[in-house]
Order: sequence, then structure tokens, then C-alpha cells
Amino acid sequence: MKFLCVECDQQMAFSERQLPGDGTLAATFKCPKCGRVVAMLTNPMETQLVSSLGVEIGGRTVPVEPLEMVRANVVTGGPAWTSDAQERLARVPSFVRGMVKKIYADYARERGITEITPAIMDTARAELGLEGM
Amino acid sequence: MRTYHQLTDPDRSGLADQIGAQRRRVAERLAGVRRMVAVMSGKGGVGKSYVTAHLARALARAGGSVGVLDADLNGPTIPGLLQTSEKVELPATGLDGVRCVSMGQMLGDGAPLAFKGPTAESFVWRGAMEASALREFLGDVEWGALDVLLIDLPPGMQRYLELCDILGSPTAVLTVTIPTPESRDAVRRAMRAAVDHGSDLLGIVENMVGREYTGTAADDLSAEFGAPVLARIPWHPTPDAWNQLVTRIPDARRTTDDAR
Repeated sequence: MKFLCVECDQQMAFSERQLPGDGTLAATFKCPKCGRVVAMLTNPMETQLVSSLGVEIGGRTVPVEPLEMVRANVVTGGPAWTSDAQERLARVPSFVRGMVKKIYADYARERGITEITPAIMDTARAELGLEGM
Repeated sequence: MRTYHQLTDPDRSGLADQIGAQRRRVAERLAGVRRMVAVMSGKGGVGKSYVTAHLARALARAGGSVGVLDADLNGPTIPGLLQTSEKVELPATGLDGVRCVSMGQMLGDGAPLAFKGPTAESFVWRGAMEASALREFLGDVEWGALDVLLIDLPPGMQRYLELCDILGSPTAVLTVTIPTPESRDAVRRAMRAAVDHGSDLLGIVENMVGREYTGTAADDLSAEFGAPVLARIPWHPTPDAWNQLVTRIPDARRTTDDAR
């Protein structure tokens, strides 16, 4: 998928990606000549289709983890992680990532939370005194 | 107005590069696998997984390093057939030292394969998700050096086609049928698809021979495709039946002999 600024006859360049956390995706593209910006908004099904290919619009921001699609998307019985929560978790140093993930998962399970979002992570961090995780 | 292929500026998303990186990852991971064989059938319930597991064990007993990828993501049975113990170890080690990876290791007991995501119109993305799972099982699991990696395919041709796409080339195929004309007709379509995609047909295993199921499916398919009937497996086979199958698969002996 590419975007063309018809007025300038210029290919628009990817600028920014946003994941609001409701399954949708917003990506902005900018014309390098006139500076016009357009946003591509995808619904949850469209977002999921791209995600299911194992690719990221705007390029990968974190290295590929082994079995990351399976571990992130297969329902195994634990709480679900939104994609932006997964991205945030991926920024945790790998040597403590598993422990941190378990802390958040246990927090969610104990409270009946079925989906971990960045907001849930913020709340858990504040309640459990996990600043920096 | 210019068209898609006329826009050639570098794309920061690099989706084509990301796909290319996925394929390289699979190729690099499988570089230590000397041979891949897809066990397939167009028909369900003919015993593909049963044949796969016992063939893998026989190959291992003959001295080879053997792995099994359970590509039946929705009905995984290989962990049970190989009696792997732990769910989280990938690859797990089963009977006779066969390594295996299966979706069954990721799912809770009795849990169906389900993906997180929007439930409406899930048919749009579910197939892509399953293909990605197959790709990750191939490319992300530390298979190590293997003489043979058997791919246990589900009924039908969809997973075979995904496998060929992910690998970038057709795998050799071992076909399983039961004697009935119904099985023959379903398996014929699958074998035709495999031939059309350029796969080598290693041969045909006729399973569940000798009781209620009657017919000449294996012989009919052999005559039509020029693939040998490698074994006729009775309802209660002895280990010898599987050991003999190993000796009849083209190049299987070479593979295990070379490993010694």
C-alpha cells in the first residue's frame, strides 16, 4: 500500500503510527514536496489482517522475538495483551521481561482483567510499586 | 496519475523487506535440516499423524536425528502420539528421541485453537494467522541438526500450499490413504496439486488395511502417478512394519546412513 499526493505527483512518506488500543490503527503519511499529511485509519479487522502477516506498518521498532505471533495471539487461557501493551513490554530488558510479564499477568488474573493495556500496566505499576518496569 | 509500480521511493514500512526477512529466518533455521518430507492426504481420518509419528520413531531407531512439525494446528495429535512430557519445551523430545513442535503444546487441555482479535469476519485473517504460526514453528524453533523433518499436514491442501509458500520451494511428499475408493478420490486431488506445485512424490502408504476398509486406492494412485506403494499398514502394526517402511522410502536410508 502506497500513498500518492496527486497534486504534487509525489509518493508520500510514512510519518507516524498510532495504536489507540481499541484494535484500530492510525498511520500518517506526508508529502515530501508540499508537506500535506493524510491519515490511514484501519478498523480492527484490517489491523488484524496486517498483524497476522507478522509485519508492522511503519517498520519494526523492536527486534523479532521467537514465536512472537503465536505467543501474542494464540489464546492459551491467560489474559490477552493489546499490541501496544506488547510493544511496551518489549522495551523491558529481556533478562527481566519474563518476570515483569508474569507480574502484570498475575495482577490481571487476580482482578479478573482479561486484557492488559498500557493503562492497566500503569495502574498495576502504581499499585504494586513497580516504577521503571 | 502514476500507478503503484511507478512509485519506487523507499518505503519506511518496508513490508516487502519484512516478508523477505521472515523467509531468510526460516531458511537459516532450516539450514541444519538435511531433508524435509510433508506427510499429506487429501482425506481426513486416514492416519497421517499416526503414520508420521511411527515413521519418525522408526527413522530415529535407524540412527537418524528426526523432528516432527505438527502442522495440524486445529487438531494437533503428535504430542500424544510421541508422548512428549512438557508443554513449554520447544522442541519437545518424544519417544525414541524424536523432536517435535505442535500447537498442542501451546494450548490448554481440550482448548480449541483461538486467536485474539475481532471475532466478526475472522475468516479474513484467520488463515493468515495460521500460516504465520506455521512460519514461526519452522523459523523460530531451534530444531538443531536434523536428518529428517517430517511435516504432519492436516487434511486438504491448504497447509501444503502455505508450506510451499513459506519455504519458497515444494517439499517432498509422502502420501497416506486408506484402501477405499472414497479415500482414493480425495487423495488423488491432493496428489495432483502436489505434482502441479513441483513436489516429488516419494510414495504411498496404505493404512488400515485388512478389515472393513476395502478397495485398491494405493494401487490405483500408484498407477496414476507413478509413485510406489511403500507399505500397507495393517490395523495393528508391529514395529517391523515401520522399520520396513523406512527401508522403502527413497533416500531415507541414505539419509540415516550418512548421519552415522
